[in-house]
Amino acid sequence: MKPLLSARNLSVHFPITGGLWKKTVGHVRAVRDVSLEIRSGEVAALVGESGCGKSTLGFSLLGLVPPTSGEIEFSGQAIDIRKPASWEPFRRDFQIVFQDPYTSLNPRLTVFELLSEPLQVHGLVPKSGLRAAATGLLRQVGLPPDALDRYPHAFSGGQRQRICIARALGLRPKLLICDEVVSALDVSVQAQIVNLLLELKKTHGLALLFITHDLSLVRSIADRVLVMYLGSIVESAPAAALFQSPRHPYTRALLDAIPTLDKSKRPKPLAGEIPSPSHPPPGCAFAGRCPRTLEKCRNEKPELMVGENGSVACFDPLPSP
Amino acid sequence: MPLLRVEDFSLGFRNGENMTAVTDRVGFEVRSGETFALVGESGCGKTVTCLGLLRLLPAASSSVLSGRALYRGRDLLRLTAGEMRSVRGAEIAMIFQEPSAALNPLMTLGAQLRLPFRHHRFDGDPETRIAELLRQVGFADPDRVLLSYPHELSGGMLQRALIAHALLLRPKLLLADEPTTALDVTVQAQVLELLAEIRRESGLSFVFITHNLNLVAQYADRVAVMYAGRIVEEAPVSAFLKNPRHPYSQGLLEALPRLDSDGQALRPIFGTVPSPEYYPKGCRFRDRCPKAFDRCVEDPVFTQVGQGHKVACHLYPS
Repeated sequence: MKPLLSARNLSVHFPITGGLWKKTVGHVRAVRDVSLEIRSGEVAALVGESGCGKSTLGFSLLGLVPPTSGEIEFSGQAIDIRKPASWEPFRRDFQIVFQDPYTSLNPRLTVFELLSEPLQVHGLVPKSGLRAAATGLLRQVGLPPDALDRYPHAFSGGQRQRICIARALGLRPKLLICDEVVSALDVSVQAQIVNLLLELKKTHGLALLFITHDLSLVRSIADRVLVMYLGSIVESAPAAALFQSPRHPYTRALLDAIPTLDKSKRPKPLAGEIPSPSHPPPGCAFAGRCPRTLEKCRNEKPELMVGENGSVACFDPLPSP
Repeated sequence: MPLLRVEDFSLGFRNGENMTAVTDRVGFEVRSGETFALVGESGCGKTVTCLGLLRLLPAASSSVLSGRALYRGRDLLRLTAGEMRSVRGAEIAMIFQEPSAALNPLMTLGAQLRLPFRHHRFDGDPETRIAELLRQVGFADPDRVLLSYPHELSGGMLQRALIAHALLLRPKLLLADEPTTALDVTVQAQVLELLAEIRRESGLSFVFITHNLNLVAQYADRVAVMYAGRIVEEAPVSAFLKNPRHPYSQGLLEALPRLDSDGQALRPIFGTVPSPEYYPKGCRFRDRCPKAFDRCVEDPVFTQVGQGHKVACHLYPS
């Protein structure tokens, strides 16, 4: 079966301008040569630290940030990445929920208007049925019908995020990209939203691409995990395998830095800083901070090698069990 | 004698004609050399409590409704503005959540690190002290940092510079308000290890404000849980983790995503935190509490449930 979404060698570069005439003086290489596939009904998590390019990658898959080069296919149909219009036929099937529920809802529209707009644009529901459809969407995300005539300011962060999810669900998408959807929320509410998404996955067969910096959250939800560092995917593996025995030293370092309730496992800091994406090092981007660096790592960029149980981009990966 | 003892501290915010109490009779102690964590979700009043203690809230829109805050025998809430200025920064310092917002973008770090010495008496050479601290927080080349503007440094570097800034005058008590929330996990571990090391070396006391119970488990000695403007449970960290008593504390611990969860679903707390105008009468957690019963409409009082462990919940009658 064709994957729902596949990207090959996708890159996104942003020009850096300088001087009086705003000449291009360099490029920020936010996403570098990324290939990935998302299959129908699976939950894939894209993790990495801030600035690693995970959000940009998510946006570029949907054409919200135009990719510089590479190929994208939706359900086997290729997209012309140079034409923004070529994404349009797929908009309905590929939806996104953004990080900050405070800025992603128009404060001057009621919840009813917010929920019915996409339905009207795509001509899915006749005008007479809009109210019933919007009420149904609210029910799916656990909000009462009397929320319809209120404005976003009347809701808490968690409730707003439910509204954002309801709006995306209205189009019955096949894939929902969730960009840090719970990081603005409190722990007790975070769990509510995550469970809601998993419930929807079960009932609708929805595939999710969950973009987050929080690895402990990923453990509870993802089938497969993609780890990103400085614009490239360095490891991709089924969640259970990745948490049990990560292959890339960066994944290991990320896992070791997470604080847990267990005091015998002290979080281990990772020395050094992430290199600048406008001047990525010629070799492995992690070489400067890696405890296993070889001579080769500094000069040559390791490719993502597909193995039996996931893939890893490292010349000297940690042993698999 | 504790270094800081807060009793019955209530703060109010003015909203037009009305005064809304945002913290209600908050009380805790910070002992010499310990790390005391104040934990709660956003809006529970943990940050406001600290800002109120340091008298950093605008007088036009806020006021102290009741309470005392005894720091080495002196009541911080009743010092004159001038007396408070000599305590703030020199005796009690604070680190803020967002490092890039806590620094002036138009001044070099050097200029900002020298400011405390203009307002306080200090025995010794400020320049040596600054360089010494910058090295201690991990900058190999202090001179370069001094000439940098905030935008030239990363978030982790800025937070380390701010830690150095807070320690310049050798304070006895450091209030750290979510010092790592804006940072990545790998950098978070770096900054917190640094704070733990400073504490071991200098015997500094910490008030550590956070929403992250994992960090409490790793770095604090005692913990108080705040909910909707009140402290609901206070305990030594080990006792708290082993046997949390308040249903809210139990809910918070259960809602934590875990690395060893084997893909189990999370267990959220039902509902959301009410805003201060809508706090319910009696126990403020009762609308969300799975164990609520008829007595919860009355205000709970603290009951001792173990060594240094107390909880405000009707499930534990005194």
